[in-house]
Amino acid sequence: MAVKRRRNPYVSEIRPAAGSALIEIRALHTRLGGKLIFDGVDLDVPRGKITAIMGPSGTGKTTLLRHITGQLAPDSGEIRVDGRNVPTLPRGELFDLREKIGYLFQNSALLTDFSVFENVAFPLRQHLKLPEDLVRNVVLTKLQAVGLRGAAELMPSELSGGMARRVALARAIVRDPMLILYDEPFVGLDPIALNQVLRLIRTLNDTLGITSILVAHEFAAVARVADQVYLIAGGKVAAAGAPAELARGESPWTRQFFGGDADGPVPFHYPARDYRLDLGFPATT
Amino acid sequence: MKPRGSSRRNELSMFGDALAQVGACGLFLLTVLAAIPRSLRHIKETIRQIWFVGAMSLVIITTCGFFVGTVLGLQLYYVLSIFGGTAALGTVVSLSLYRELGPVVTALLFAGRAGTSITAEIGLMRATDQLAAMEMMAVDPVAYVAVPRFLAGVIAMPLLACVFNALGIFGAHLVGVTWLGLDNGTFWSNMTSSVDVWTDVVNGVWKSCAFGAVVALIAVFQGYTTAPTSEGVAYATTRTVVFSSIVVLALDFVMTAFLM
Repeated sequence: MAVKRRRNPYVSEIRPAAGSALIEIRALHTRLGGKLIFDGVDLDVPRGKITAIMGPSGTGKTTLLRHITGQLAPDSGEIRVDGRNVPTLPRGELFDLREKIGYLFQNSALLTDFSVFENVAFPLRQHLKLPEDLVRNVVLTKLQAVGLRGAAELMPSELSGGMARRVALARAIVRDPMLILYDEPFVGLDPIALNQVLRLIRTLNDTLGITSILVAHEFAAVARVADQVYLIAGGKVAAAGAPAELARGESPWTRQFFGGDADGPVPFHYPARDYRLDLGFPATT
Repeated sequence: MKPRGSSRRNELSMFGDALAQVGACGLFLLTVLAAIPRSLRHIKETIRQIWFVGAMSLVIITTCGFFVGTVLGLQLYYVLSIFGGTAALGTVVSLSLYRELGPVVTALLFAGRAGTSITAEIGLMRATDQLAAMEMMAVDPVAYVAVPRFLAGVIAMPLLACVFNALGIFGAHLVGVTWLGLDNGTFWSNMTSSVDVWTDVVNGVWKSCAFGAVVALIAVFQGYTTAPTSEGVAYATTRTVVFSSIVVLALDFVMTAFLM
């Protein structure tokens, strides 16, 4: 599908530097339900680093993760993960690739008929023929890492939102994947759990060299773990760089986003007709 | 008042949507059939589903089978007594059950009991991203979720129809022989001499298999393609019952025409 390209005056054309990247995205164009989501996005995710994707709500951060994992095909563009162009992969190869990817869903997506233990054990049981003792040890190790070894026998309906996210995190890392995608991992976590999850993400990255992509809104948390941040807005990469560098950025996007201002290139209000008309007052000329 | 052309366009659009649904369901059937070899590694899940849609439906099937049999016994006894033919009660009841009522009523009950629960379960899995999570764990949800439920429907339906028939004949026997005083030997001997295993019993079993496949396919398809909202799941569940009932009755006519 042909996508009409528009130049956004607020967005500078930021191009990633060439180098060893696990994920390379080039000229990504996506339109969903008539709305332009990506208008020529180019970005690289370096191997063994933690890359955060930030941006206003509805800007397409989760859509970007869905493109990377092949859940959603873009209108055009190239998405290379470990050298393979995801949109063109046949189903078998896509599943082979997904075996190396851990994905933390925004809403946890735990299997509601299975206990916490069985949820975390699910990928192991489906793909590996491991002895039961080994499955048990691996699962308990991952649950211990997220602080929920004691909740192994609980059902998902018995967990709080924050606990469910930690179980989903344990499930995402149970096979020590090459790449982990975290979609809003900090939502619903209390400060203690947040601290531990941040340490876990950093440790996984440091010790196992796992590449991570983090979609989050909490800049303070992101700044503690991320090596680089992409700020996506207006269908393009509006800013990119180290968290500290971005926080000091002078572009209107970074100023508004990190400053939390209502006024700026990102409208706070959803498009609507005149407020006075909605309230029943006569229109002014 | 709406212009005539607009209502015509709406009708055409609804017809087009219905055709598109049938086409999508046909393609989904091909996907399910192609995934059967892959689903053999999930044999435990298939067995669990047979237990869930089969054994868990036994209460409604046995109860309804018994009462259908008693009503059939009463009505037919009354009609046959007009012609002095009450001796044929066992024959008529068993032929009605084996050839038509057993497979059809069981399929309608199966759609209401098991079909709706399959649709609601898969629809909820869709709404809570469980199917997407499976995809992301490189587990094919068609092979893991859809195929076991489809196979369970095909396997459980004929068994449930047999149970329904047995309870129906028991109910008719209770009314005709124990209550209304028909001779026990006449009831059984007329039945065994006039019922043919291949043309009556086995044809009924074939029908049950076909109905099981149709109801399970519709239930799984509706759940799989439901809108991920509570209203979407509710509509999908209703559609399962409505579409299953219509298709079972239409298919029954076609199969009867071919099998007779």
